[in-house]
Amino acid sequence: MDAHVAQLQMQYRNYILSLYQQGFLDDQFTELKSLQDDGSPDFVAEVLSLFFDDCVKLVGNMARALDQTGTVDFCQVGANVHQLKGSSSSVGAKRVKGLCINFKELCEAKNYEGCVRCLQQVDVEYKTLKAKLQDMFNLEKQIVQAGGIVPQVDIN
Amino acid sequence: MARDGGVSCLRSSETMRVGIGGMESPPLDLDDVHVLAVDDSLVDRIVIERLLRITSCKVTAVDSGWRALEFLGLDNEKASAELDRLKVDLIITDYCMPGMTGYELLKKIKESSSFRQVPVVIMSSENVLTRIDRCLEEGAEDFLLKPVKLADVKRLRSSLTRDVKLSNANKRKLPEDSVPVNTSLPPPPSPFTISPDSSDSSPPSTISPESSDSSPPLSPVEIFSSPLSSLLDDEDDDVLPSSPESSPAPEESPVRRQKMGSPGLD
Repeated sequence: MDAHVAQLQMQYRNYILSLYQQGFLDDQFTELKSLQDDGSPDFVAEVLSLFFDDCVKLVGNMARALDQTGTVDFCQVGANVHQLKGSSSSVGAKRVKGLCINFKELCEAKNYEGCVRCLQQVDVEYKTLKAKLQDMFNLEKQIVQAGGIVPQVDIN
Repeated sequence: MARDGGVSCLRSSETMRVGIGGMESPPLDLDDVHVLAVDDSLVDRIVIERLLRITSCKVTAVDSGWRALEFLGLDNEKASAELDRLKVDLIITDYCMPGMTGYELLKKIKESSSFRQVPVVIMSSENVLTRIDRCLEEGAEDFLLKPVKLADVKRLRSSLTRDVKLSNANKRKLPEDSVPVNTSLPPPPSPFTISPDSSDSSPPSTISPESSDSSPPLSPVEIFSSPLSSLLDDEDDDVLPSSPESSPAPEESPVRRQKMGSPGLD
C-alpha cells in the first residue's frame, strides 16, 4: 500500500513539475494552491472551474465577433481578450495569458486573419490545460483514495 | 454555486455595528474589518475574496462600480438611514471595469461625506504610471498590480488595523503608531518602491478555517450581475514593462496615512 502511495506521489510531483516546466502554469498557480487549506479544500478546483467557464464564454464571444465578416468590431474582440488575459493571469494559466497578450496586439492592429488564428490557438490551449489539470486532480484523488496525502510540490 | 443576483454580504446582525458619530466603538478584534471588493471578473472576485477571508476580513463582493455605490447607499441623493449601520473599512476595486472604472468609483467615494475617509485601493493588471499617479492623486490608498498576492493583502490588512485603531482611540495616542503630522519625511516615494515581504509584520491573524470560509467549499457567492458593455477606458500611454513586485507602496508610509484623516491627528 505504501509503495503504491509513494509511486503515485512521485508521479504527481513529476507531473506538476512538468506542467511548470512546459510553461502551462506559473507562480500564480502556486499562490492559489497556497490559499487552499483543510477548510477550503476545493478552492483551486473551484477557481479553475470558473476560469474554464470564462474561457468558454469569452472564446464564444470572440468567435461571434470575428464572424461578422466585413464589420468586425475589434474593440469588442479586444475587450473579451482583455478579460481572458485577466482571468488567465489570476489563475496562473501562463500559456493562455501569453496568447492573450499577442491577441491583444492583433486586435489593436485590426489583423483579421491573425485574430482568427490566435483565437484557434487560445481555444486549443485552454482545452489542453483543462485536460492536464483534470489529470492532476485525478492523481490527487487517487493518492487520497490510496490512503496518502497530496504532497506539496516545491517548484523552485 | 449562485453567480448572479445578490451580493455576498454580511448578515444584518453583523452589519449592525452602530457607529454613531463621536461615540467610541469597542476595540476592534481581528474579524471586525469589513471590505467591499469590486471587480467585474468572477474569477478575480473569488480570489480576492479568499485572500481577504484568509486575512480575517469580512467581505462583500460586487461586480461593478454601480453595485458598489448601491451597496454604500451613494447611488441616490436621499441619505439612507441605514448608512449609520453600514461599516466599510476598506474598498478594493479593479481599475478596468465596464460602465464605471475603478477611478470613477474612487472619485465618487472621495466626494461622499459618509465614505470619503474609507481607504480605497485600486487593482490593475496594467502597470501604467499615469494611471497609478492619477489614482493616488485622487486619494487612493494604494495601487496593487494584479494578480494580487496574499502578501499584498496582508500588508493592507495590517496597515488597516493600525489606522482603524487610531481612529477609534479617541485621540489617545498609541506609542507604536503615533505619527507626527508635520513630518520631515521626503515627498511620497515612487509607487514602484519595492517593499520587503511584509508577512512578518501582519497581526497574528488566526486563520481559522471555519471563520475564513463560513460557507461550504463551493461557496455560494452571490453577486449582482450587470450587463457587460463595451470597451472601457484604456489609455495605456505610459505602459512600463511589468514590474516584478506587485506592491508599489512602501509598508510604512506616514505621509500617506495622513490622507486617512484620523480625527485626532488632523
